[in-house]
Amino acid sequence: MEQVLEILQGLHPEIDFETCNTLIDDKIIDSFDIVTLISDLSEEFDVTIPVEEIIPENFNSAKAIYALIERLLEDE
Amino acid sequence: MLFTTYEFILFVLVLFVLFYIIPKRFQWMLLLLASYVFYSFAGLGYLAYILATTLTTYFASQRIGLLRDNQEEYLKVNKEALSREERKAYKARIKKRQKMWLVLCMVFNFGILAVLKYSDFVILNIKSVFDLLKIENNMPLFGFVLPLGISFYTFQTMSYIIDVYRDKNPYEKNVFKLALFISFFPQLIQGPINRFDDLKETLFGEKSFDSKAISFGLQRILWGFFKKLVVADRLLVAVNTIIRNPEGYQGVYVLVGMFFYAIQLYADFTGGIDIAIGVAELFGVRLRENFERPYFSKSITEYWRRWHITLGAWFREYMFFPISVSKSMLNLSKKCRKLFGDAIGKRIPVYIASIVVWFTTGVWHGAAWNFIVWGLLNCLVILVSQECIPLYNRFHNRFNVQNTFWYRLFQVARTFWLMSFLRTLDCYRNVSTTFRMYGTVFTKWNWNELFNGGLLGLGLNISDYIVLILAVFIILYVSLKSRSFSFREQLATKPLTVRYLSYFILIISILIFGAYGVGYDSSQFIYSQF
Repeated sequence: MEQVLEILQGLHPEIDFETCNTLIDDKIIDSFDIVTLISDLSEEFDVTIPVEEIIPENFNSAKAIYALIERLLEDE
Repeated sequence: MLFTTYEFILFVLVLFVLFYIIPKRFQWMLLLLASYVFYSFAGLGYLAYILATTLTTYFASQRIGLLRDNQEEYLKVNKEALSREERKAYKARIKKRQKMWLVLCMVFNFGILAVLKYSDFVILNIKSVFDLLKIENNMPLFGFVLPLGISFYTFQTMSYIIDVYRDKNPYEKNVFKLALFISFFPQLIQGPINRFDDLKETLFGEKSFDSKAISFGLQRILWGFFKKLVVADRLLVAVNTIIRNPEGYQGVYVLVGMFFYAIQLYADFTGGIDIAIGVAELFGVRLRENFERPYFSKSITEYWRRWHITLGAWFREYMFFPISVSKSMLNLSKKCRKLFGDAIGKRIPVYIASIVVWFTTGVWHGAAWNFIVWGLLNCLVILVSQECIPLYNRFHNRFNVQNTFWYRLFQVARTFWLMSFLRTLDCYRNVSTTFRMYGTVFTKWNWNELFNGGLLGLGLNISDYIVLILAVFIILYVSLKSRSFSFREQLATKPLTVRYLSYFILIISILIFGAYGVGYDSSQFIYSQF
């Protein structure tokens, strides 16, 4: 979880990612951020994030992103 | 059969009566029949294309869906017998076969679109290169006639098959239901581009006569007609006067044309979508919204989230993300990070995907260089804006103006002018003419002409301008107010007399102030040509 928060802070230092759970709904992170985020997450966790997983529910909060990573790692 | 014709009104009226008197289980079948009748008005030959798209997509989606069903069954039966690795390998094999069907379907359908829409453009460019090299050539042009709405229904159909492949929605087993999703007549010509998952419930469900929903639909249709006939078709005369005579109308007239075209396009496209959504509402079908007050956007990125939303979403979900987060792109990014550093490496996927998406957005609008340049310029502005974010942040931290009314107004005006400026490429339909006309804004100082009869020489008289100003203010007012409340909900709470009086006023204003007759041409919606 710490690594996810660190990557997110790198994108938008001004946001409190520990509490925010409307990252997509409130347009805090946009499509460009998502690409950078996926690139960083793939490298950090050595995981492939398939394009069909790019849905708001998976990226609305740091917790949701972490849950996605855990699920994908489990599947691999 | 265009939305602004009496035939269309009669067609909807007859269909409406039939729809609510036949048994409910036949309602969606009637809509399918009506959609094919509607489409055949454009030319019987076109039916072959839409049928080919429907049948190939149906067949491919069945194959993909059945492979998934069989996989689930196989894994369930052999749950204990298979190791984790064997399960993974089996799934990978199935996925590969599903992908083959998806690719075949996409190549076939995008192939039809590409051949019909772009073959002459490609041949013309090859001929130009040959001419430049003084090589003799006599390649003939095909001169294909583009089937009505092909860009829209191809994109909508491909979203369905991709979603089936991605397991986002189940495959439709009834070919006639899939045919209705592809051909549903209100959305067929200029969108919005809908998703199967969003539409299936209201499209195939049984509907009872709901007077509130129907009156909402009627209001939306009237509002669409108001925008199209009172504003767009009236402004069309002035815009055409300016752009069809670039030698006669330069300098300030280019700015006037740019401003008028921005309003015309908005009224034309949003009006057409209002009619499409309203007509669908008459039959209890909910189409996706395509606009969210785009001219109030504070940046070009925001503008593209609020203008032609369904096309933007299509490109984002089915092109931008698949390219930018693909394995090969992430590997390339990794290599570039090592070679050129983090800053450049990180940008590679976004830059390449953006350029591909905006190039395609350009050619989607038309097979011509002006559209390609328009798309790539949009891309450039978006990427430059993205790079300027740290600068903007520094400015906003230094000067606390970000939340003031005047700064927001400046941002909205800047975005509006920037978008209007780029859109001029769509107006003149020729890159060099457009840039030459931009140049005359600075070299030909003829502002005085404008109010010395210049504006009245554009094909509009004083009363036209008064109608336009009033109509634009009404649209602006409704747009601003609709941020906080729904006009239709408000009207629904009013007494019957007030409601009917407002319908009456709207109908009368369309009939009296609508642009008809000599000099006016309401035969085309701008986006129906794409």
